[in-house]
Amino acid sequence: MRYSDKVNEHFNNPQNMGSMDRSDPDVGTAVVGAPACGDVMQLQLKINEEGVIEDARFKTFGCGSAIASSSLVTTLVKGKNIEEAEQIRNVDIAAELELPPQKIHCSVLAEDAIKEAIRNYQQKKLQST
Amino acid sequence: MKDLRDLIYLDNHATTPCDPKVVEAMMPFLTNDFGNAASRSHAFGWNALDAVEEARDQVGALIKATGKEIIWTSGATESNNLAIKGVAQYFERNHGKKGHIITVLTEHKAVLDSCKALMRDGWDVTFLEVDSEGFISLDALKEALREDTAVVSVMFANNEIGTIQPIEKIGNIVREARQSKQSPSVVFHCDAVQALGKIPVDVQKMNVDLLSLSAHKMYGPKGIGALYVRRGRPRIRLEAQIDGGGHERGMRSGTLPVHQIVGMGKAAELARLDVEEGHIEKVRELRDYMWNTLQKELDEVHLNGAVEHRLPNNLNSSFAYVEGEAIMLAINNIACSSGSACTSESLEPSYVLRALGVDEELAHTSIRFGLGRFTDKAEVDRAIGIIVKEIRRLRDMSPLYEMVKQGIDLKTVQWSGH
Repeated sequence: MRYSDKVNEHFNNPQNMGSMDRSDPDVGTAVVGAPACGDVMQLQLKINEEGVIEDARFKTFGCGSAIASSSLVTTLVKGKNIEEAEQIRNVDIAAELELPPQKIHCSVLAEDAIKEAIRNYQQKKLQST
Repeated sequence: MKDLRDLIYLDNHATTPCDPKVVEAMMPFLTNDFGNAASRSHAFGWNALDAVEEARDQVGALIKATGKEIIWTSGATESNNLAIKGVAQYFERNHGKKGHIITVLTEHKAVLDSCKALMRDGWDVTFLEVDSEGFISLDALKEALREDTAVVSVMFANNEIGTIQPIEKIGNIVREARQSKQSPSVVFHCDAVQALGKIPVDVQKMNVDLLSLSAHKMYGPKGIGALYVRRGRPRIRLEAQIDGGGHERGMRSGTLPVHQIVGMGKAAELARLDVEEGHIEKVRELRDYMWNTLQKELDEVHLNGAVEHRLPNNLNSSFAYVEGEAIMLAINNIACSSGSACTSESLEPSYVLRALGVDEELAHTSIRFGLGRFTDKAEVDRAIGIIVKEIRRLRDMSPLYEMVKQGIDLKTVQWSGH
């Protein structure tokens, strides 16, 4: 697969790769996708009391586009608050990475991961109150 | 255009480079000896004809057939079409009705799609299943043979997983069915493209009636192949698919590409020697060394296909928890291929691996390596180094690998899917 320089850059130098402690009350964790589909993204967001995403980590099982999409997402969300992060759309991710048409679904999964991680954080907050 | 010389080529099932001796043999026919082999009245034509007939004998010798039984085609895809459709159409002309074909789920698309085209026309086709190593069941074949079976088509060795079918046994079953009148008209076609030059191929011993050959899988040029059509006991008849001049005993019209044919002949001679003089064993050793070393350096690597009865140059393995296209991107100085959905236009994983019953997840993580005549140990060592390093890097990035190392059974997880 011939990719854009942006995808290759993220693939060769992934940003914020790793994991956080799931039991940390300030960490929202998302695991989206399925091994049978060839795409699983794990996204974790550390969110402070003001609702600002202080840090993010990703791990991905998937093709070059999937890895690049999740790596890019971690850089996009850092410093944003929850409302701003929820505005991130897959088309922006796909445009930034110049994804070919058959790889657009990787950016969709990345957008899902953001929303799911935020949802997980909010659920944890609700349960602890 | 990229300079390819820094890359390591391990994709010899997809295609092979021309052997320098093949190129040397072809060159005169691209320059001074340019005659048409059908020009009977002058030396340009006679030279061309002599070269063609010598090549015919070289190809025949590779499979223990006579030169007279070799028909030139544009490649194995055409040979497969000609064999299956040609036999089917002749059957229909003779019997006044359509009949039945038996083939295997793991055949090359040229065979499968030819059968599907005949199905649209009213033919019945049985697609035999394979076991987890890729072998058909001989009992299932015997049961499938009907009174109106016209052709059984089974490839010698599979291009993805390297599994070698028991061709001699299959040939005997088909011959027995024909002689006992269980299937009085049946013939046996074998796509031998991946087997040539790697293992012995003998159409007499193995009771093969039709056999497809391709030059570019055995260090010859692309765009030329052949179909072996048996002339004795029984004499195989088929309908031409291309009309116009009656070349190749009326079975395949068209001016012969002399330079291509000469190239294929030389390639066939070298391929025969690779097997007869044992040069192929060097490739087998390298392949075994590669597999053993990868297993030693990495955990969770699985072999797809047969352990024994496997092409000596083929390695198809799944690297659990890392996806195939990502692997290929990471090891992009190595030319190879993947059974992952992401690498196919259709986003569907390899149908061959699926037929083996390989888990979808493992199918997504599979890589096929095809070593070759020009692969040396230094290249293999370099390739192993790159593969081990990148698999480890991708596993560090993999949430699945992390979960497994934490003791989570992935089969119990509720995935969100998409």
